[in-house]
Amino acid sequence: MSEYILEVENLQKWFPIRRNISQVIKRERNYVKAVDGVSFKIKRGEIFGLIGESGCGKTTTGKLIMKLLEPTGGKMIFDAQDVTYLDTDAVELYKRKVQMVFQDPYASMNPRFRISDVLSEPLLIHKIGDSREDREARAIKALEEVKINPPEEFMERYPHMLSGGQRQRIATARTLILSPSFIVADEPVSMVDLSTRAEILHMMKEVQQSLGLTYLYITHDLSTARYFTDRIAVMYLGKIVEMGPAGELIDNAKHPYTQALIAAVCEPVSGNVNRIKEVPIKGEIPSAANIPHGCRFHTRCLYAKPECWEMEEPMLEEVSGVGHLAACRRWKEISGEKGKVSETA
Amino acid sequence: MDKILDVRNIKLHYLTRKGAVRALDDVSFPLYRGETLGVVGESGCGKTTLGTALLNMPTPPGKIVGGEIFLEGKNVLELNERQYRTNIRWEKIAMVFQGAMNCLTPVYTIQKQMMETIKFHREIEDDQALERIIKYVNLVGLSADVLKRYPHELSGGMKQRIVIAMGLFLEPDVVICDEPTTALDVVVQAQIINLLKELKQELKLSFIFITHDLATEAEVSDRIMVMYAGKVVEIGTNEHIYGSQGASHPYTRRLLAATPRLHQQVEQLAFIPGTPPDLLTPPTGCRFHLRCDEKMEKCMKEEPPLKEIGPEHKVACWRCY
Repeated sequence: MSEYILEVENLQKWFPIRRNISQVIKRERNYVKAVDGVSFKIKRGEIFGLIGESGCGKTTTGKLIMKLLEPTGGKMIFDAQDVTYLDTDAVELYKRKVQMVFQDPYASMNPRFRISDVLSEPLLIHKIGDSREDREARAIKALEEVKINPPEEFMERYPHMLSGGQRQRIATARTLILSPSFIVADEPVSMVDLSTRAEILHMMKEVQQSLGLTYLYITHDLSTARYFTDRIAVMYLGKIVEMGPAGELIDNAKHPYTQALIAAVCEPVSGNVNRIKEVPIKGEIPSAANIPHGCRFHTRCLYAKPECWEMEEPMLEEVSGVGHLAACRRWKEISGEKGKVSETA
Repeated sequence: MDKILDVRNIKLHYLTRKGAVRALDDVSFPLYRGETLGVVGESGCGKTTLGTALLNMPTPPGKIVGGEIFLEGKNVLELNERQYRTNIRWEKIAMVFQGAMNCLTPVYTIQKQMMETIKFHREIEDDQALERIIKYVNLVGLSADVLKRYPHELSGGMKQRIVIAMGLFLEPDVVICDEPTTALDVVVQAQIINLLKELKQELKLSFIFITHDLATEAEVSDRIMVMYAGKVVEIGTNEHIYGSQGASHPYTRRLLAATPRLHQQVEQLAFIPGTPPDLLTPPTGCRFHLRCDEKMEKCMKEEPPLKEIGPEHKVACWRCY
């Protein structure tokens, strides 16, 4: 068995844009390159974080891994098996092993289903369990897994009778019922309250440890990612720009984009009220239909030099010897420049 | 310091068929001129309800059943709806609503919707109104050509800036911001926060900044008011709440412990088990006692008053007096 549960190589998803008549005649095609060559490997039992602003392609990557979308190019290997293109039967088998927790716990459940129906539905679809009793027993076991107490009482309730935190627990229980080995969690806590947020993340970590699961955690929130994940990949316009162990990446960010994201995060400490925060980034995110040449971040980068847009796109390279990669040509100079600035200050 | 707004014992109840839901129960606080007051708490603690109470437009079936709101020394709750609408709402007290990007009408251009508001309140010519609109659009960091566009052509951050401009262009004294940055990306969020800070300094405005995110609140608010189950449990300066000596009320402390920090490796985040109480029948004594791990005999029976424990620092907890 390989060390990695999921290997993604140069994964692409291009969405075609509607063409006008002259483009049809000229046979021009334009694409929104939502995911444009993403590669990463996720170890068994690891929590891998995928971070970026809205529109950077993180959710599309999650959907590609869930097989909700067909990739345009690239390769996906799950459990030593090529899963890039699968037929309908194979997809069904694959989805037993890979499950997803969605962002909005209010929209992800049918309001007319009782919790027992919500939890039995995946079993019916995958034809698991011989009888109603058997399926309910499995549902109760899944509820115990996510610390819903007492489970029997919740089985008869409807989603509207539950709080946001309880719904997200049920949503997690629903993914666990097929005993998957890999879970894609797309912003699972962005819609719940802050005290519940800590509770849900804690519960997900416990489940992960007791069942030996692997998570792909998709979020825009660096603070929860640092707390929750083992490794983080930062995406910008469909590509990974920096990747590394969570603590190392945040304390020692090398890519100017990651540095800007970190500088923008608010911290619950006193003394910042009258300070205007410096965020080292300019402009707005360019359209994914028209990705800048060279380094795709150069239009917003404060350190950009002609080499950044004239030369080919920079590849991910090792920056500190602990599996910390960054895709920036000038990372050494930038760390030097920053050092100089802080010395003079 | 000069109080621009003085809220005293305001009570807002939602009169449902099952009875009165006491969403705001005896909330009192002053707002000083030129400061930002932060309001924090979990969802359902009455933060947004407070905003609607200050505008005197509670969401039905809500009703203000008691209390006074003094704006520059005058009780504005005595005014009738017409007087309030023409003289107070948006003229003196404006609000930037939660999910502001959904506040704009999709079928009107930005200019048309801004013009409509300004024409309702002021008798001015179109070109003067336009001049004013352009001034405020520039002030929030946008160029005048956004005015010709429709909301769907703008990014989330730009729409948020437009809604802030709309809150400002009648030159109110108080601006209530209800979760203005929650739906935005971190970089845009930082830009909007910087914008609000600049506006505060330039226009000498007073802000009420409502959010559930204690980290954002630490960046923007001079004073912070923590609410729980329709009551104020702690109110103090930024230093009192976020400073090194730590907050006083157990609820504030536990909210802070549940907030993840970027520059610290935390093994396990604390959380507050349970949910806020049902406000149809609030618990006796301290409303937080069911979830508090420092509760005493007294907490279950007697309700703690909001008491001053230091300059500009009030707490409602029997442990703190």
